[in-house]
Amino acid sequence: MTKPPMLSIHDLNVWFGDPPDRVDAVKHASIAVAEGASFGLVGESGSGKSTILRAVAGLIDSWSGNLEVAGRTIHGARRDRQFFKTVQMVFQDPYASLHPRHSVDAVLSETLRLQGIGDVDRRINRLLDDVGLGRSFRFRYPHQLSGGQRQRVAIARALAAEPRLLLLDEPTSALDVSVQAEILNLLSDLRAEHGLTYLMVTHDLAVVGHMCDRIAVMQHGRLVEELQVEDLRRGAAQADYTRGLIAASGSYRAGG
Amino acid sequence: MTDAPLLSVRNLRVTFPTRQGLFQAVRGINFDLGRERLGVVGESGSGKSMTGRSVLGLIRPPGRVEADRMEFQGQSILNLPERRMRKIRGQRISMVMQDPKFSLNPVMTVGRQITEAYRLHRRVSRADAHAKALEMLRAVQIRDPERVMDSYPHEVSGGMGQRIMIAMMLAPDPEILIADEPTSALDVSVRNEVLSIMDNLVRDRGMGLIFISHDLNMVAQFCDRVLIMYAGRIVETLPARELHKARHPYTQGLLASLPRLDAPQDRLPVLTRQDSWRDGDPIAPHADTDLPGGLR
Repeated sequence: MTKPPMLSIHDLNVWFGDPPDRVDAVKHASIAVAEGASFGLVGESGSGKSTILRAVAGLIDSWSGNLEVAGRTIHGARRDRQFFKTVQMVFQDPYASLHPRHSVDAVLSETLRLQGIGDVDRRINRLLDDVGLGRSFRFRYPHQLSGGQRQRVAIARALAAEPRLLLLDEPTSALDVSVQAEILNLLSDLRAEHGLTYLMVTHDLAVVGHMCDRIAVMQHGRLVEELQVEDLRRGAAQADYTRGLIAASGSYRAGG
Repeated sequence: MTDAPLLSVRNLRVTFPTRQGLFQAVRGINFDLGRERLGVVGESGSGKSMTGRSVLGLIRPPGRVEADRMEFQGQSILNLPERRMRKIRGQRISMVMQDPKFSLNPVMTVGRQITEAYRLHRRVSRADAHAKALEMLRAVQIRDPERVMDSYPHEVSGGMGQRIMIAMMLAPDPEILIADEPTSALDVSVRNEVLSIMDNLVRDRGMGLIFISHDLNMVAQFCDRVLIMYAGRIVETLPARELHKARHPYTQGLLASLPRLDAPQDRLPVLTRQDSWRDGDPIAPHADTDLPGGLR
């Protein structure tokens, strides 16, 4: 391959605090996500999977290593406009990630203005159509929306900048299963339509199995294993930890 | 066996006044609980938590609880005065909530919380309560109970916190345990451990368990019988091991919308909600339990 990957993470370390209380949240992590791919990061709470996303997005400044997005190296926690036109993030809890006193219109038009995109009126309508909400939702406030509708607004906000890479941090774990199905379908459709690249973090193996082609498993801040989704489905994991995770998510079996 | 069920509920309704009029969170449900593990499944807003809370008298005004019958071992517990409810709540019917971070007191050691809770219900000396707390922590498979007794809630993990809650709730030997999403704040690997601990304790003591959850598959494997709630009503009741044979379109839709590792598909089937589900006839509506006296 001659084309650089959409996202390349090399020897990433992320830490919080100073010695002696320093916590190393991510240790020597390296992954590459090809353009148009959907890459899943799996692990339990505290494994560092969300921390990787946050470091890429510029929400954490205490990191070292090499981060490249679409061939451009990024530094520190400052990100320029070019970066945000390429990368956007969708957060876990749509109840927390939308400003309670900003209408859908305000949320989307602010993003469009920040990106220097004109023709706001038409764009907002199109974004709302894209995420399956429709124009009637434009002047609603978050409290007038259900959890699934809020997550659709958050996705519309991320799409407003016409990014190429979406960072998805547990986008459905705060939602009911039937709503989760709707949002996952929406994300699949959007990826196909817009040729997006996904880096998705989740603790749910069935969800990554459905959404991603390639999966990295994390434990205690380290990447334990990287595998193709087919291997995950066949249960052909190399690392004991991955096998344990697959068995545990298989579900609870009543003993005796 | 002809024992009375532990808990018998007929036509339970929970209403809250809102600006748009009365909102009915639970709309006339019937069920009995024997010495069994009864799963209550539904999405957010289906009324499953309200059902659990109403049994414990935890619906505060202006919310209202009405029922034709709500009996605990033949004795009515509907809208009992708070003073009498307190003799039942915690001691004979207790509850484990979702997130131990919010249900444990952050400024009190674990040991003090368990002993204090225990002494509220049983007249025992401090030393006996301390011994009981240690015994309970061992029962929930905490390896180092002495150390855990002296720690504060923020010093223990989520799974450990939930085990502490279970220890605290089971110390007075209640007859019914209501567990409201007890594992949804936990990681998968820890979740199974906590479930099996709860399972063993409930079986050993011959308790009745009401297990409230949104996770159909987990409930199917953990419970004996499942009630499926939709919009404040029970739409289907069935033995847990026959969940895959569910007949109600809502239950079937919920099951189908889960992504599965072993059966990949391009698009997930999406629920199309029908108005008829709100008021249609429930499937297998018989409320009484086949297991009034115990599992075997």
